Amino acid sequence: MYVAVKGGEQAIDNAHRLLAKKRRGDTSVAELGVEQIRQQLPLAVARVMTEGSLYDAELAALAIKQAAGDLVEAIFLLRAYRTTLPRFSASLPIDTSAMHINRRLSATFKDVPGGQLLGPTFDYTHRLLDFTLLAEGEYPGPQTQPDGRVEACPRVSGLLAKEGLIKEETDSGAPVADITREPLEYPASRAERLQALARGDEGFLLALGYSTQRGYGRNHPFAGEIRVGEVEVWIEPQELGFPIAIGVIEVTECEMVNQFVGSATELPQFTRGYGLAFGHAERKAMGMALVDRSLRAAEYAEEIVSPAQQEEFVLAHCDNVEAAGFVSHLKLPHYVDFQAELELIRKLRKPSKEQAR
Amino acid sequence: MNAATQSHAQPRPERDEAYNFAYLDEQTKRMIRRGLLKAVAIPGYQVPFGGREMPLPYGWGTGGMQLTAAILGAEDVLKVIDQGADDTTNAVSIRRFFARTAGVETTERTPEATIIQTRHRIPETPLHADQIMVYQVPIPDPLRFIEPSETETRTMHALNDYGVMHVKLYEDIATFGHIATAYAYPVTVNERYVMDPSPIPKFDNPKLDMSPALMLFAAGREKRLYAVPPFTRVTSLDFEDHPFEVQKWAHNCAICGSHDSFLDELILDDRGTQSFVCSDTDYCAQRVSQGRAEQ
Repeated sequence: MYVAVKGGEQAIDNAHRLLAKKRRGDTSVAELGVEQIRQQLPLAVARVMTEGSLYDAELAALAIKQAAGDLVEAIFLLRAYRTTLPRFSASLPIDTSAMHINRRLSATFKDVPGGQLLGPTFDYTHRLLDFTLLAEGEYPGPQTQPDGRVEACPRVSGLLAKEGLIKEETDSGAPVADITREPLEYPASRAERLQALARGDEGFLLALGYSTQRGYGRNHPFAGEIRVGEVEVWIEPQELGFPIAIGVIEVTECEMVNQFVGSATELPQFTRGYGLAFGHAERKAMGMALVDRSLRAAEYAEEIVSPAQQEEFVLAHCDNVEAAGFVSHLKLPHYVDFQAELELIRKLRKPSKEQAR
Repeated sequence: MNAATQSHAQPRPERDEAYNFAYLDEQTKRMIRRGLLKAVAIPGYQVPFGGREMPLPYGWGTGGMQLTAAILGAEDVLKVIDQGADDTTNAVSIRRFFARTAGVETTERTPEATIIQTRHRIPETPLHADQIMVYQVPIPDPLRFIEPSETETRTMHALNDYGVMHVKLYEDIATFGHIATAYAYPVTVNERYVMDPSPIPKFDNPKLDMSPALMLFAAGREKRLYAVPPFTRVTSLDFEDHPFEVQKWAHNCAICGSHDSFLDELILDDRGTQSFVCSDTDYCAQRVSQGRAEQ
């Protein structure tokens, strides 16, 4: 007698062992250390921390190792761990204008106070495979001036705001919801939207942002400013009554300057989109800023016609842990529903009594 | 002592003390239980809840797992089925998860379980009043495939505006001569809300009506939960001249001979030889052991 696939428990255990073996690869090659991943794959670590919503480079590196380099899987591992963590406090807003800058550029001005700072970037590299990396070597880095100093770098959007040319962004003071604790309901607040986008899949946001450039919800973006560097994180414990710094994190911030709008009551002015990511993650921050701006269509009475402008469409589908889970669940058995469909389609294909007559 | 009365519960496993009982923290469980109270008070209404990330992928039962975690007590006996079977890999995985994190007794026997988490089936053995069914739900809104916007469908539910649903069913009849929905067949709960009974085959829909067991549903990814309290009217949508009907098979189960259970079709060879067996493995096994006892 044929019996449907049994022995699930044994199969699961064996699958786990096979996975561990596959992850390890050839044991004659040295095992990859978590610290090596952290030091030598910092951009992968940044993405996992950003979309995993947890700033912990060591755990992100561990997740990348455990996931055998599958970053969406690593993000999922970090998220599942994050859920179990207690919340001590919400930080004060980070002050990115006081950032210790490693890289900074503005595409809207030839020069800006504080200057443009190229920093470590793939931009302007020729994408030619560097065969010297096949061997180990020394990477001394550029010459540095021990007494060199970075000038103060006021934000570019602030310069425009002084002239009243860009829409003012004000803190409404409303309590900020936590989308990982409360369900997202539509329409969402901008804070909730930005949270969802910050956790959103880089590829999805990149593609949606790109679609706005190609005319699906076009809004003329300029990279007003991108800055990468370290900022201090401050909290104000209730029992203390004054703020204390708890550490330093690296972030990438992008402010897009977008096409102006005007109305009967307002003079034409530029608008902006905002992107922020942990670590060095420019593509993510730029995609996020483009999509943030396009989701503000209703705020600026723009016609909502394209996917990138539709809040429900973007927010409900930007999370790669949700998307990967639901797509992958198609691998689970569905034979009961399929049986029901088989029965139905056979019935539908039989000529009905009326047709047979 | 014969097989039918003998306990099949697994010995109580050791709980992994590294996690809170049943994995979720107590605050989260309370939040979910509050949501459940609302869901029970408004049968069929979709209650938003602050769904957590679980260590299993979305779409694999995270909603059901959060409900089970929220209602599970140390004395509960848990049964987990997927496609009606206790030994499908995902059912095994979820059962193990609670055995490990809650150390509760688990069982494959429907009558012995106090909580039954399920994907895609309702057991054939009638449920009793001390039991709670927990359904894993992928897309909680029955209107979603007609209207993709959540804002719109929430308004439609609020206004009792289900005309589009009847139009869809009517269009099926006009096109095919039948209502062409075989699973996740929409129901009206307590004469008010139209509800997705989760992707159970419509064969199982009548089991929801006036059931003595509490029925709880949760969609983890969509962060919605809903409920059918015991002894609540649940009617499958239909028309007077096209009444709701369930699937029937021209075959009996090849193992236990049942002629009235939901059968899975097996293909035995390259020539497409078919065989049919019960999808509810416990029901099938019980019938076999009873048959032996009677011989």
